[in-house]
Amino acid sequence: MSSDTTITAIPTGVVGKQAPGIWGFNGSQLIALLLMIAALGVAPFFLYPVFVMKLLCFALFACAFNLLIGYVGLLSFGHAAYFGMGGYVAGHAAKVWGMSPELAIVLGGLVGAGMGVVFGWIAIRRQGIYFAMITMALAQMIYFFCVQAPFTGGEDGIQAIPRGKLFGVVPLDSDMAMYWVTAVVFLIGFMMIHRIVHSPFGQVMKAIRENEPRATSLGYRTDDYKLVAFILSCGLAGVAGAVKSLVFGIATLTDVHFSMSGEVVLMTLVGGLGTIFGPLVGAAVVVGMQNYLAEAGAWVTVIQGVIFVACVLAFRRGIVGEIGNLFKVKL
Amino acid sequence: MSFTRRSALAASAAAVATLGAAPLSRARAQANSIRIGVLNDMSGPYRDISGPYGVACTKQAVAEFGAQGFNVEVINADHQNKPDVGAGLARQWYDQGVDLILDVPTSSVGLAVAQVAAEKNKAYINTGSATSDLTGSQCKPTTIAWMYDTYMLAKSTGGAMVRTGGDSWFFITADYAFGHALERDTTGFVKAAGGEVKGAVRYPFPATSDFSSFLVQAQSSRAKVIGLANAGADTVNCIKQAAEFGITRRGTKLAALLMFLADVHALGLQTAQGLVLTESFYWDLSDRTRAFTRRVLPHLNGAYPNMASAANYSATLHFLKAVKDMGVAAAKVSGTAIVDRMKAIPCDDDAFGPGSIRVDGRKLCPSYLFEVKSPAESKAPYDYYKLLGTTPAGEAFRPLNEGGCSLVHA
Amino acid sequence: MLDAIEAFLGVPAPLLFGQLLLGLINGAFYAMLSLGLAVIFGLLNIINFTHGAQFMMGAFAAWMLLAWAGLGYWWALLLSPLIVGFTGVILEKLFISRLYKLDHLYGLLLTLGLGLIIEGVFRNEFGSSGLPYRIPDELQGAWDLGFMFMPIYRGWVVVAALFFCIATWLVIEKTRLGAYLRAATERAELVQAFGINVPRMITLTYGAGVALAAVAGVLAAPIYSVNPQMGSNLIIVVFAVVVIGGMGSILGSIITGFGLGIVEGLTKVYYPEASATVIFVIMAIVLLARPAGLFGRA
Repeated sequence: MSSDTTITAIPTGVVGKQAPGIWGFNGSQLIALLLMIAALGVAPFFLYPVFVMKLLCFALFACAFNLLIGYVGLLSFGHAAYFGMGGYVAGHAAKVWGMSPELAIVLGGLVGAGMGVVFGWIAIRRQGIYFAMITMALAQMIYFFCVQAPFTGGEDGIQAIPRGKLFGVVPLDSDMAMYWVTAVVFLIGFMMIHRIVHSPFGQVMKAIRENEPRATSLGYRTDDYKLVAFILSCGLAGVAGAVKSLVFGIATLTDVHFSMSGEVVLMTLVGGLGTIFGPLVGAAVVVGMQNYLAEAGAWVTVIQGVIFVACVLAFRRGIVGEIGNLFKVKL
Repeated sequence: MSFTRRSALAASAAAVATLGAAPLSRARAQANSIRIGVLNDMSGPYRDISGPYGVACTKQAVAEFGAQGFNVEVINADHQNKPDVGAGLARQWYDQGVDLILDVPTSSVGLAVAQVAAEKNKAYINTGSATSDLTGSQCKPTTIAWMYDTYMLAKSTGGAMVRTGGDSWFFITADYAFGHALERDTTGFVKAAGGEVKGAVRYPFPATSDFSSFLVQAQSSRAKVIGLANAGADTVNCIKQAAEFGITRRGTKLAALLMFLADVHALGLQTAQGLVLTESFYWDLSDRTRAFTRRVLPHLNGAYPNMASAANYSATLHFLKAVKDMGVAAAKVSGTAIVDRMKAIPCDDDAFGPGSIRVDGRKLCPSYLFEVKSPAESKAPYDYYKLLGTTPAGEAFRPLNEGGCSLVHA
Repeated sequence: MLDAIEAFLGVPAPLLFGQLLLGLINGAFYAMLSLGLAVIFGLLNIINFTHGAQFMMGAFAAWMLLAWAGLGYWWALLLSPLIVGFTGVILEKLFISRLYKLDHLYGLLLTLGLGLIIEGVFRNEFGSSGLPYRIPDELQGAWDLGFMFMPIYRGWVVVAALFFCIATWLVIEKTRLGAYLRAATERAELVQAFGINVPRMITLTYGAGVALAAVAGVLAAPIYSVNPQMGSNLIIVVFAVVVIGGMGSILGSIITGFGLGIVEGLTKVYYPEASATVIFVIMAIVLLARPAGLFGRA
């Protein structure tokens, strides 16, 4: 199968090679990882901490999404449901039940994963376009639920969510304290995804992406693998949503809306499907663009559309994928 | 060696992408200049309510205020109806020396920006969100809400309709907090005025575009008034389809609980005639509003000001008056101080007339009940409304002690 | 007897019949839109995410023809699908045709992006609150059915939608052209070998599917708010309709469209809060029982 006919754009030869390294990172990835960690360490001193936190939340969301599309080849068009619902539940737990932030984040992840169990069970019965449309329709149901349910506050959203004290001890009210928590959560999620992708489980996932009938004939129960990947992805999306609601102190309908499902696709596509660092770069581009274009007036949706079209037509590998291709490394 | 170079390149690409998102770098404002940031919806469904028109009205106010010994700069941005984008922009603006953030439609964004303003101790005037929480449970010493809220709309339309004979109601309600609040409040005023509510139907928002089923249900209840507890395209659809089903022609009144002049324009008078609605500003209300409209019209690209864009004008003038009163240097220090000064001095401008601001941040102004004219009655462009009744400023809004605002007891 | 029926139904029987009729009318829109999607999907194998925007363009084209050229509803019904269909042909030639060798998901992403662009451009040009469009004089007024007034225009919508649906079905199932189309769906190379210009046929099919969306847009213009986002909420429901019916089945999409309109209409009487979710719930149930959809081939 040539790289053009698969949904991911990684040259097949590179996929096959299992590069030696630490935790499944090859040399170039390891260096990029160290640089990323260094960047995480200094970023809040140069940029708005809240802005960087927002970026990291979306980056984790996009990484979780990428786990599905980049490595199993499943395009979920309703990932906002898990992201937004994780945010709502964590926000509600922190504000109304007085739950501590770490528990609220875990709860957000569990809610995302729980929804993933049910929705995944329905959706994995079909592949490709059907899968995309089913996940979209299910997410739309969640959106209607959130509009109507009293605990979400309708169009007001949940406002003034307290950040609380980490483990009941460390207050997170200052942006810097919250930043380190966000950075650590992001890193854990990031490493976890990388670990999954490079585990034997991840190899089966990639086999399913490349050729599902063959994987089935090799004796793998592909539906089980797909479902587990879906649940993991939804759980991490829920964690990202939970952290975001604590960072901003708000949880609103924007995060469960269909356009959010579209944005995470855009982030991953721009950064590079099936690359480890792509979603992070893509999230930075999209989030930064929304910030910048805010002053450009009315053209935000149009420009987003143009980027979609440009990515699909001209550079399907995404930013990171193109760079990797240029220098023949896998990032 | 080469490995390092490649990876460094990749990483620097990531870094560049991140840096591209750096806070909007503008020169910090000088000490003798005031910056006003208009934050609203330029690209989404609320664009026509304020959007570019709200910006134009703000600039008009600045131009009319003139040179008073300090500079005024107006900037604007599109919050895309995303609370996180809105709150992020507000934070950056305030840090870069913006002294007032204005407009902010969409309740979720409006409330989120109120929190940032309070945290940064900067002035914030909301002219776009309908939620009464801004001056209620979530009121802040830095927040002022200018033109309307769900309570005021319910009171004007609900109370006044009953007095003009519309004493039995049926509600078509968007099934979310905003619709519920409108229905609940209006029901209260209808009953208080001696009317009755014959029923209500709650429809899913925003997925409904065909309302004929609900209109038929409303009609078979034989209520005299159908209350539309919704907004925007939903209201427009209801009215369009009510005309199609001949409901208004057979004597049933439609009461739109939230509607703007731009919506009436979108419907056309043929369809909208006879509709009853509430606004706190109409361009053809008095000599003063006509004078204001004449001045601002050249900047509005063919549209007419409605209560949201006119509120931006009114609020900006009052803010600048307070700044002049206490001096630029003092005004820049504390948002609470400038808001307190705005509450202390009386308001007066051509769009909203004389008025005042309450301790909870609520700007008081009369609310007007209008009926939409028939095509034959309309003599000029945008000659759409006739006045049915006025609720005076003192009675138009929720009583101070009922909102649950913490500033009231302070 | 009638009392017994009413007690069973919970609402007056005439009201219920009226509501069923209204449901059927909404079903007409679902049927026309899902039919267009099914035609495009059948041959191009892409899900046309731009469909909602093209429905909106149909309504706007009707408004433009009236406001700028003085051409009324009946001209719009003829010209608007041609104009919008032509823009579809251009889109296919410029963009979509480049993706046939790739995974179908890229087609979905591309058309999603195109939809965003179209919607944004229309909003910048025409504002967000919409434009007025009236019911044509010939179709003004209503029939008094005793229990309710049925606007003549609504009756016309059902008739027109049925006409377009049946015509499309006949063309595809009963004509030589339709036979080529169906053959090309199965084995494009073989049809090409018979000397048929398959790429052109694909382009025109896309144009035709888009034109169907535009017809629905013109039919909707007098009764729905004509604004740039009018298609975006509708289209997700239509996708669910297509999944329920089974994609690529022409007759399936027509029957499912009308049927779900009726189901939705009934929900609006008995439990209006759920009238938006009912179609998605049905979708989930159908998928569990028949993953290929009601009329689809597994």
